[in-house]
Amino acid sequence: MSPPLLQVNDLKKHFPVKTGLFGRKSEFVYAVDGVSFEIARGETLSLVGESGCGKSTVGRAILRLFDITAGQVILDGQRIDDAAPSTMRQMRRRVQVVFQDPFSSLNPRMRVRDILAEPIRNFGLAKSAEDLEVRVTALMDTVRLPREALNRRPHEFSGGQRQRIGIARALAAEPELIVCDEAVSALDVSVKAQIVNLLQDLQREFGLALLFISHDLAIVEHMTHRVAVMYLGKIVEVAPRREIFAAPRHPYTKALLSAVPLPEPGAQRNPIILRGDVPSPINPPKGCRFHTRCPFVFDRCRTEEPTLRSTGAEQWVACHLEEPP
Amino acid sequence: MALLEVENLQTHFRTPGGINRAVDGVSFHVNEGETLAIVGESGCGKSVTSMSLMRLIPEPPGRIAGAIRFAGRDLLQLSDREMRAIRGNDISMIFQEPMTSLNPVLTVGRQIRETLMIHQGLDKHAAEAHAIEMLTLVGIPEPKRRVREYPHQLSGGMRQRVMIAVALACNPKLLIADEPTTALDVTIQAQILKLMLDLKRRVGAAIILITHDLGVVAEIAERVMVMYAGRKVEEAPVAELFRSPRHPYTQGLLGAVPKLGSSLAGTATRLAEIPGQVPDLRKPIVGCVFAGRCALATDLCRQYAPGLEEKGPRHVAACHYAAKGAVAA
Repeated sequence: MSPPLLQVNDLKKHFPVKTGLFGRKSEFVYAVDGVSFEIARGETLSLVGESGCGKSTVGRAILRLFDITAGQVILDGQRIDDAAPSTMRQMRRRVQVVFQDPFSSLNPRMRVRDILAEPIRNFGLAKSAEDLEVRVTALMDTVRLPREALNRRPHEFSGGQRQRIGIARALAAEPELIVCDEAVSALDVSVKAQIVNLLQDLQREFGLALLFISHDLAIVEHMTHRVAVMYLGKIVEVAPRREIFAAPRHPYTKALLSAVPLPEPGAQRNPIILRGDVPSPINPPKGCRFHTRCPFVFDRCRTEEPTLRSTGAEQWVACHLEEPP
Repeated sequence: MALLEVENLQTHFRTPGGINRAVDGVSFHVNEGETLAIVGESGCGKSVTSMSLMRLIPEPPGRIAGAIRFAGRDLLQLSDREMRAIRGNDISMIFQEPMTSLNPVLTVGRQIRETLMIHQGLDKHAAEAHAIEMLTLVGIPEPKRRVREYPHQLSGGMRQRVMIAVALACNPKLLIADEPTTALDVTIQAQILKLMLDLKRRVGAAIILITHDLGVVAEIAERVMVMYAGRKVEEAPVAELFRSPRHPYTQGLLGAVPKLGSSLAGTATRLAEIPGQVPDLRKPIVGCVFAGRCALATDLCRQYAPGLEEKGPRHVAACHYAAKGAVAA
């Protein structure tokens, strides 16, 4: 079996924060605290969870937008978390990103043509000026934007069109993995559907792997192969789509799914209403991080942290209830 | 008589690029104790409608025309002073962003007290006691301590609860909730939606819920009005609208939303797209506002704007081709 495209081993990222009077006390935000997963070629893995669970930090760590605190990020058998700048440059081509906000992630002073040409030139992908032009126009066709739009600037486009430009820019580098960080969250319903369909088509066409970071569970279910559920910097459950949505095991996954309002008036559902808020990642609770809000909490949860264990068929859960006594 | 009757509401803004007809001739009503949802995408005029009801549109550049009759009085004819007596007392509002709509330098207790002292003429002690009562009502633990805290000391969900407490402090007859849960996480959203449903039962206020989330609509609305490009395109009781939407835009909107559980039911197919985008509201629109994106559009649609026609019991839609009577959806 070929190695997975991306492997993340026990990834940790702790951000220092200054607290106390005059910022003399130094503490850490445990944004990501020991996360491991793999993504196969052509696969979509979704990272889901609520604000502050660390899902975006995981995405940014993979893109190496900052150095990680501990752990390994391995792309196609090669570590990239500590790669030298020269090797990193080639690796960056293979992992691209589409951000949430299509208004702030495109340079307003650049024409679309230059936005798309930059990664092609940067990674030396075009053989000649004609080849560059061919590639740029082909990208516009791929994301279904009119070729005339190449000479316009980002502000002349709507949110959905800008997101298409963002996707085209990511594709320009011919990546194998695209990190989609809430890539459709800011879009209106009808435009969101257009972009979701486009991403699915592109995945099929180019065999792309996607790390789809989102809080929108219905969209995730629609387009993912596997799902990893995060809570306070940890993965609490990871499983194929069917298992997550048909038979979630972790109490947090169950609560999260039950909380989504369904677009069916009068639908019979019994949402599990979690008490309270997510605790601060500066002082995460001891033991299981979810124990302060878990409806099934018992003594062991307060002291001992559960580890991710296989419960069969590629489903992994970190919960004491799932362990043999 | 309905609690609120809006007739031919037109809210236009003067902009450098021409007059923006953000809301262009919208009529609707809300009965006492009823929940009406206004749905639509960015720029459809749903928020401008709600701001117009409260007369919070700056004039100029805005201009509001039509009639907004609340309990028989036309709000557009009132003086600013009379309007101030209504805002926060008879009609109150919850906004999307609880951080920016609370005053960061005042304690939450003071912000609840303020409305009570101004509108109900309570003294400070009575208002304080009532503020604590309100915080208890909206499910904030340790309300006696929380009244002395500032907004930044509260989480997003807590702040939204405080906003609801402020809005409900004077027992309004109408509560306008503009995307009240959009900025919240899904587990917190579930808490706030449950709270709104409980409070509605206990307080009995009518609610205008403005949202783009069809799940939230299905959860708490009784009647739904769909807006597109500043017009009302469809209105129906909630079950009827989801079961048999008549306007192609509503149909498109419902088809574009994936449903949780679709992968299990084997219904996970390609999402329906509505091609194109919303028209520029600064240019006059001839014919149906949706014609440019509609698969059914004909020359008739491009030339003549359809009026709102009755398509079923309490069900109206503005479409030349939407069938009347029962339709197999």
